Amino acid sequence: MTSLSVKIQDVFDEPACDKNRSKDAKARKEGCSKPLTPGAAAGGCAFDGAKIVLQPITDVAHLVHAPLACEGNSWDNRGAASSGPTLWRTSFTTDLTELDVVMGQGERKLFKAIRQIKETYAPPAIFVYSTCVTALIGDDIDAVCRRAAEKFGLAVVPINAPGLAGSKHLGNKLAAEALLDHVIGTVEPDDAGPYDINILGEFNLSGEFWLVKPLLDRLGIRVRACIPGDARYIDVASAHRARAAMMVCSSALINLARKMEERWDIPFFEGSFYGITDTSEALRKLAELLVRKGADAEILDRTDTLIAEQEAIAWKKLEAYRRRLQGKRVLLNTGGVKSWSVVHALMEIGMEIVGTSVKKSTVEDKERIKRILKDENHMFEQMAARDLYAMLSEGKADIMLSGGRTQFIALKAKTPWLDINQERQHPYAGYDGMVELVRQIDLAIHNPIWSQVQEPAPWDCQPAVKDDLASTKNGTDTVNALDDFAGAAAERLGER
Amino acid sequence: MVRILRNTKSAAVNPLKSSQPLGAAFAFLGVDGAMPLFHGTQGCTSFALVLFVRHFKEAIPLQTTAMDEVNTILGGADHLEEAILNLKIRTKPKLIGVCTTALVETRGEDCASDIANVKLKHVEELAGTEVVLANTPDFDGAIEEGWAKAVAAMIDGITRSGARTRQPKKIAILPGCNLTVADVEHLRDMVESFGLKPIILPDVSGSLDGTVPDRWVTTTYGGTSVEEIRELGTAAQCIVIGEHMRHPAKTLHGLTGVPYVVLQSLTGLKAVDRFVSVLSAVSGAAVPTRVRRRRAQLQDALLDGHFHFGGKKIAIAAEPDQLYQLATFFAGMGSKIAAAVTTTDMSKILEKVPAEWVQIGDLGDLEALAEGADLLVTHSHGRQASQRLGIPLMRVGFPIFDRLGSQHKLTILYEGTRDLIFEVANIFQANQHAPTPEALDPFRKREMPDELRSSPLTRH
Repeated sequence: MTSLSVKIQDVFDEPACDKNRSKDAKARKEGCSKPLTPGAAAGGCAFDGAKIVLQPITDVAHLVHAPLACEGNSWDNRGAASSGPTLWRTSFTTDLTELDVVMGQGERKLFKAIRQIKETYAPPAIFVYSTCVTALIGDDIDAVCRRAAEKFGLAVVPINAPGLAGSKHLGNKLAAEALLDHVIGTVEPDDAGPYDINILGEFNLSGEFWLVKPLLDRLGIRVRACIPGDARYIDVASAHRARAAMMVCSSALINLARKMEERWDIPFFEGSFYGITDTSEALRKLAELLVRKGADAEILDRTDTLIAEQEAIAWKKLEAYRRRLQGKRVLLNTGGVKSWSVVHALMEIGMEIVGTSVKKSTVEDKERIKRILKDENHMFEQMAARDLYAMLSEGKADIMLSGGRTQFIALKAKTPWLDINQERQHPYAGYDGMVELVRQIDLAIHNPIWSQVQEPAPWDCQPAVKDDLASTKNGTDTVNALDDFAGAAAERLGER
Repeated sequence: MVRILRNTKSAAVNPLKSSQPLGAAFAFLGVDGAMPLFHGTQGCTSFALVLFVRHFKEAIPLQTTAMDEVNTILGGADHLEEAILNLKIRTKPKLIGVCTTALVETRGEDCASDIANVKLKHVEELAGTEVVLANTPDFDGAIEEGWAKAVAAMIDGITRSGARTRQPKKIAILPGCNLTVADVEHLRDMVESFGLKPIILPDVSGSLDGTVPDRWVTTTYGGTSVEEIRELGTAAQCIVIGEHMRHPAKTLHGLTGVPYVVLQSLTGLKAVDRFVSVLSAVSGAAVPTRVRRRRAQLQDALLDGHFHFGGKKIAIAAEPDQLYQLATFFAGMGSKIAAAVTTTDMSKILEKVPAEWVQIGDLGDLEALAEGADLLVTHSHGRQASQRLGIPLMRVGFPIFDRLGSQHKLTILYEGTRDLIFEVANIFQANQHAPTPEALDPFRKREMPDELRSSPLTRH
């Protein structure tokens, strides 16, 4: 555990992170996430975070050294897409039994499991994940991986991120450390070129990076490694020969980006492929970084031309939605969308942002939001489920964009909802992705079910029924009145 | 005699199991005003929660004691106490169901006395909330075991003990975890049609049936009430559905003397007949006309459906009682159980599965053993195997995350058996291969009859 503790302290000290720099030394030591409240906590553990980051590497066998739950309850649950290998979707776990734990057979079983996978699937690499129980019983997965790698002649990479180490966010970073320690730089490519880049933190959910990659292809920019979305082991292992890198959206892999810059002189910037202006900005910055590293400057003009052409097409497509979406009120409840250019695009076609969560936003982000929304009352740190439900039930928004965690708050409040986090079904990156997002918003808001579910059952509209009865002319005779009422009701409910 | 083949692999490939604490939480979710609480790290809860949500398409109440490195070393009693009190204040549950995980069990925490201490220390704060404990380490058992342990824990902790005056019309029913929401609803209707009053524990039909309440509720809304659990001892008879529920029934019997009868499955004409006979005997009422009509419908479905089943090779992977339920169903229709895979070897029901052998294992085993089968029967994770083998998949059990409405699928009693026959026959009809001259050429390479093929046993 000591080496793990050192590692954790190392990732807690992140010079490239503004939020981290703004803390004093003591606060920094305590890490990024706030201490959890028992009985009132949500979110994944460090193992979860590590697996999320690494699992989309498609040709690697991911072996989870744990009792059943860690892998058994969570495999094949994310929508990253692969253009080739499917091994990453096959689940491997040592599924430790009570006997294994009590008898201390964990390491032996792990070694045999590695052999079994190597013999059956012959992958280029096996990633071995430690977990709470195997960390607690002191299984030395580093040693087992080392021995297995020597014996079987393939890369066996220990991923030290047991759940009890901390949050999902920490796990993201520990996964990056594992790549830095054991994978990146272990293979020397024979085709490195001046237009090679890395994309870090792009998961290719619903295949959305494929909406972006053709743009890069058109510019002659080659993606050396997209980590982790649709990656092959060899791409990651030779990623150190890229000339520039883009860190997508989130600071989850900031340690990876910063250390790759330090070790291999690969400059990076933080950008996003969500939204039109951000996509353009990202393309422009990539080209600029490549030129700075020695690529021909003519790429800058070509980039500007491509951007102008693509933006024009996208805005034209979006314009078609203005009539249907103008004035519709959007509630953004996610830490996921860091891209304010999405908000910008929605407002551009006339939608109104009635609220946004700023839980994960930095001070700068908040300033930016204030400028865009022109009303800081619309920002909230975090809204309790009950308050969110109340707000939506009262019809204060026409749609909520959020992650799966709050999906049922919107649906039970009979409010349109769209998933914009990792479980989403549609690709939203790049120019086409923005159009797709708006199309999905349109489909959600205008679905005919809303008028059906929002109206109460006809027999619950008592006042109307009583009026009918009272207005019956033969009101003195109860039997007649009821007959008339039944007849009238049948007439009302039947076909006209 | 069935041979039980133990698992000999070191790496489980594509697990069949979901974890034991998940099973326990599932059972607690069948109680009104309940809040299951995992005693472990936040990840244990998060994974189970996501899986529940993917299956039910509902917000699921499930909380965590959020253990971290420090309390794993120093002990988790404080976190457990804090979690229970926080839940009580924030969600006002009628029941907090604590499920332990591998982490605290490996550490050897004495959770029972921890909880006893919490209850003693906070008598007033916890008034109106029951706290029960199921010891459910992940390295042992699977959903069935966890489910049964939670039910036994609720009976043990809540039901008033001692012999009570029995209400002749009151029946306690302990359903296994393989019954869907629709199954439980239908079961209740059937029992009520005999003039009996069923108390079903757990009752997922009240809590996980997917409705739209008019306010936001953070616990379960619906299910067996705590009061009903307390008064289980006044039932005249307990009916147990599934071998894994025998233990909770024994617990009830031990506490209150309520006699129990175990019915291993309610699927298939004869199994349902047995159940209906029990109801008729307990109530003293004749079998209602409506039930007779349903039975006749099933007879007709058997007649219409059997053409599609005869000689078909079925590969099933499911928890023991569900394996038994489905294997007897298919065998009863003239199909052959070509592969039977299950989660654990603890259940006595495995001896009765109508197959030559039962493999304790995972979906990797199913995939290897199912080659040449006509139908795969397992949960949604079987989709990859189905695709690779080109064999259709019938989704059963938990989790089913890539199809809607699994909870509203009826699988028991005359009507459920009828529906299953239609579902399977329709899968076969949809996947029929048109005859071709090549396939029928008498000089083609012919398949050997089944008995001449090497037995799968030789592989082990």
